[in-house]
Amino acid sequence: MSLTLEKITKVVDGELHINDVNLNFEPGSFNVLLGRTLAGKTTLMRLMAGLEKPTSGRVLMNGADMTGVPVRQRNVSMVYQQFINYPNLSVYDNIASPLRLAGDDKQTIDRKVRETAEILRIENFLTRMPLELSGGQQQRTAMARALIKDADLILFDEPLVNLDYKLREELRQEMRELFKVRNTIAVYATTEPNEALALGGTTTVLHEGRSIQYGETAEVYNFPDTVACAELFSEPPLNLTKGEISDSEVTLDQATHFPLNADLAGLGRGNYIFGVRPSHLALFPVNEDDLEISVRVELAEISGSETFLHVRNKHLSLVLHLTGIYQYEVDASIKVYMPTHKIFVFDEDGKILKVPTRLPIVNQAGQISGGVQHG
Amino acid sequence: MNKVENNKAWFLVLPVFLLVAFSAVVPLMTVVNYSVQDIFDATNRYFVGVEWFKEVLRDPRLHDSLIRQFIFSFCVLLIEVPLGICVALMMPKEGRWSALCLILLAIPLLIPWNVVGTIWQIFGRADIGLMGYYLNAMGIDYNYAGNSGDAWATVLLMDVWHWTSLIALLCYSGLRAIPDAYYQAARIDRASGWAIFRYIQLPKLQSVLLIGILLRFMDSFMIYTEPFVLTGGGPGNSTTFLSQTLTTMAIGQFDLGRAGAFSLIYFLIILLVSWLLYTAMTHVEKGE
Amino acid sequence: MAEIHLKQLAHSYSDNPQGHKDYAIREMDHVWEKGGAYALLGPSGCGKSTLLNIISGLVTPSEGQILFDGHEVNALTPQQRNIAQVFQFPVIYDTMSVYDNLAFPLRNVGKSEDVISAKVKDIAYMLELEDVLKKKAKNLTADEKQKVSMGRGLVRDDVSAILFDEPLTVIDPHLKWKLRRKLKQIHEQFNITMVYVTHDQLEASTFADKIAVMYGGQVVQFGTPRELFEKPEHTFVGYFIGSPGMNFFEGSFQQNELYLEGHKVALDNEMKSKLSITPYNQLKLGIRPEFVEVLEADSPLLSNLGKDEKGAEALLASCENCFKCEVLLVSDLGTYKIVSLKLGNTEFKARLPEEQSVPKGSAYVRFPGNWLKVYADEYLVD
Repeated sequence: MSLTLEKITKVVDGELHINDVNLNFEPGSFNVLLGRTLAGKTTLMRLMAGLEKPTSGRVLMNGADMTGVPVRQRNVSMVYQQFINYPNLSVYDNIASPLRLAGDDKQTIDRKVRETAEILRIENFLTRMPLELSGGQQQRTAMARALIKDADLILFDEPLVNLDYKLREELRQEMRELFKVRNTIAVYATTEPNEALALGGTTTVLHEGRSIQYGETAEVYNFPDTVACAELFSEPPLNLTKGEISDSEVTLDQATHFPLNADLAGLGRGNYIFGVRPSHLALFPVNEDDLEISVRVELAEISGSETFLHVRNKHLSLVLHLTGIYQYEVDASIKVYMPTHKIFVFDEDGKILKVPTRLPIVNQAGQISGGVQHG
Repeated sequence: MNKVENNKAWFLVLPVFLLVAFSAVVPLMTVVNYSVQDIFDATNRYFVGVEWFKEVLRDPRLHDSLIRQFIFSFCVLLIEVPLGICVALMMPKEGRWSALCLILLAIPLLIPWNVVGTIWQIFGRADIGLMGYYLNAMGIDYNYAGNSGDAWATVLLMDVWHWTSLIALLCYSGLRAIPDAYYQAARIDRASGWAIFRYIQLPKLQSVLLIGILLRFMDSFMIYTEPFVLTGGGPGNSTTFLSQTLTTMAIGQFDLGRAGAFSLIYFLIILLVSWLLYTAMTHVEKGE
Repeated sequence: MAEIHLKQLAHSYSDNPQGHKDYAIREMDHVWEKGGAYALLGPSGCGKSTLLNIISGLVTPSEGQILFDGHEVNALTPQQRNIAQVFQFPVIYDTMSVYDNLAFPLRNVGKSEDVISAKVKDIAYMLELEDVLKKKAKNLTADEKQKVSMGRGLVRDDVSAILFDEPLTVIDPHLKWKLRRKLKQIHEQFNITMVYVTHDQLEASTFADKIAVMYGGQVVQFGTPRELFEKPEHTFVGYFIGSPGMNFFEGSFQQNELYLEGHKVALDNEMKSKLSITPYNQLKLGIRPEFVEVLEADSPLLSNLGKDEKGAEALLASCENCFKCEVLLVSDLGTYKIVSLKLGNTEFKARLPEEQSVPKGSAYVRFPGNWLKVYADEYLVD
């Protein structure tokens, strides 16, 4: 089973919800749709499922045009944000329901239900009612129901968003394992870059109804084509600032200067947009050419084992992603260090010109290779 | 491209379509049909255009009962709404007592209209009725059959007894839906009981009150059975409301054309006033 | 503003509690200082809501005392305690304007309009609500509404504490951090005692100076976010705080030596004597993924290993707390990597910086002694 979207456009009440999307998903692939709320993730999934018809364009499955075919006649499963189960059926009956509708015999149903329940680790709750289960178990039940069908296409619409973070961690890891052996196309919508990275596979970055980049997840993360993609695929978002390169120095937002280094020298004079990953900024100088910036603390957001430090000065507003706990009072004055050799450069229209060279890149084999210059 | 998958699904809509047609559209069209003709018998009928409407609108009987009807409905709302809210506020929030209160409140709603009329007819009689006897014994000259003021009071009282429960029940459910957090916040803000009512309970009751007021207006505007049983519209015409006037016209005098025109005007008045009430109240709710 | 003292406090919903199981709150003794920012953190059902209700005055504790500035308030109602509360969903007076909402608590105590106006403007400025003062409260966005309900607590000078019950639940994700910042600013400016209840570690550690982590009706640790991360006093804290949580291994203590999954680990004499006098049924060793070192090729151990194959065992033994383990999975999260490893029968995780490479198949790890914690029956031995 392969799924192809060809020039898909969807207009609702004169508003463009999906704008000329072209995608191709391989059989057995795991595909993430990454985008903010209202970027068009849900609409795109509904179009793939056949719950909605595109205004123009074609949906192909295995090369056959399925555009007008309603969802009932396609073999599609969907898992939603809300934990949707039949409240008056036991977990067993919930999981069995798609097979019963398909008219399978009792033994097959029983075997498959137990198998699937085991994969999702709910085999001990089969006799319970969904509402007697925790949120995580309810969502596992819904996933089991989606998996048991052996659907050609499984759509996940932010399935973990309503779970607390410990359960999210757990399920996120299992999702990967679940789909390793399947021949199904899985499409997974999320707003969280970290979820996309954890799930792997391919990632499509959606922005305002457009697919702005598509490729292997790590590839898209490491080589964003545009400012928009770099910003979306980084949590917290990439620190961006306008700036200028002259013959001898680089100026960020008119006021912060550092000497032009070998890294950026090839770009030539002009105005650019510079970007730095929050995790590359530090509280201590790491390399001698790091740029010292004096800032005020806006907020230190602490998440158990990491700190997101929001800082700003008159010109720059930055976020640091630090491992470990750093507590600061609001408005405290501190210094932060920017690695001048780990800077993304975009032209004024937001097209990528340069990915930092000393940034290690992990290729598929898991080995580290040197940086690649784009543009 | 845009083919519809299964046209048979449209048949599922058919029962509803037929039901609406027979219950609303057909009778209404019949009335419209009557209202533009002069009917003597099955074969002798003449088209008269809007003559009936003109005549009805000039009819002093209609004017009188329309004014009476408005005063009556206005009084009903004025008494029943605040009273219903009060009753709801005083009811216990939970436990056995609240169940008991709910049952007691529901009783008047379950009694058929004509029985209500009969009950009050007896209740108010000066010779054998509990209320009538004691009022007279206390030296109050009370006679609903002879005194139009007494008759009015009795009809009103009867309606209040019959229907305040409805408002009370609606408000009770509305009050129960207010989360405790609101009361807690208000108490922390040191709000007085009145302030709690004014700024929390009343705003949260707005939507149920809208339904309650509309229902009570429409119902009271169409009141027929109870006053008919109690006073027969008397003494004189003092308690003859619109629907009784209409019935007299249609059945008593077999004046179908005139009655048809009257019905339509009646219908339009209810529609208009309900719309006005609805718009006014939703406007308040939007809080602009 | 008040100091809150939970003195030998316990609560059971049953009339005749028998064992621990019957207690929603097990006995605890904590002092929350005047003007401090505290968080109650725990999963659902841990008792944090019961504790919140005891502090606010909605629930009277069945045992012990709750003291505000040294005075027992067990029997007092929330309004008598002067506790303000911000709920999960915004509680505002729909029909009033924002100004009237903020003025309401002052009007109720008969303050003059001049005083009210000055105070309301102050608070509105702080909360950045100046532009919407004239708007009807019901037409505000969720975050503005939450600010209004917070503002009603702040306008009064006499509140002893403000309680927050998951106040950011209904707020748009991208606005959350702004509101968190506002909360912190307000705490720093007003210096008012604030208690924040949540199940989210990010909210708790961002907001609070000190966090009470609750589990099974108990406060299993009461400490700063840093303490919770670096020195979890209970295995639950280790698991619950941090993503991923702490790694735990089966431990044993025999002949004055500590073993991790059968491997001897270094232990100083002080700990040895402590362990020998601590009674326990079960011993666990824990280390956070952030502190697990995956040895790189140029580390002394690995560079020597290649040269001298025969002495591998001896070399490994000479490296303190170094172990050979199986590499199960590397998950690259862009800014860092999570490596799943297996030592003996126990799976564990290590968090590595983005530039570090991970060998396939097997790897050598080191557990730095200061970050390897010993837990006897789930509690830290320290």
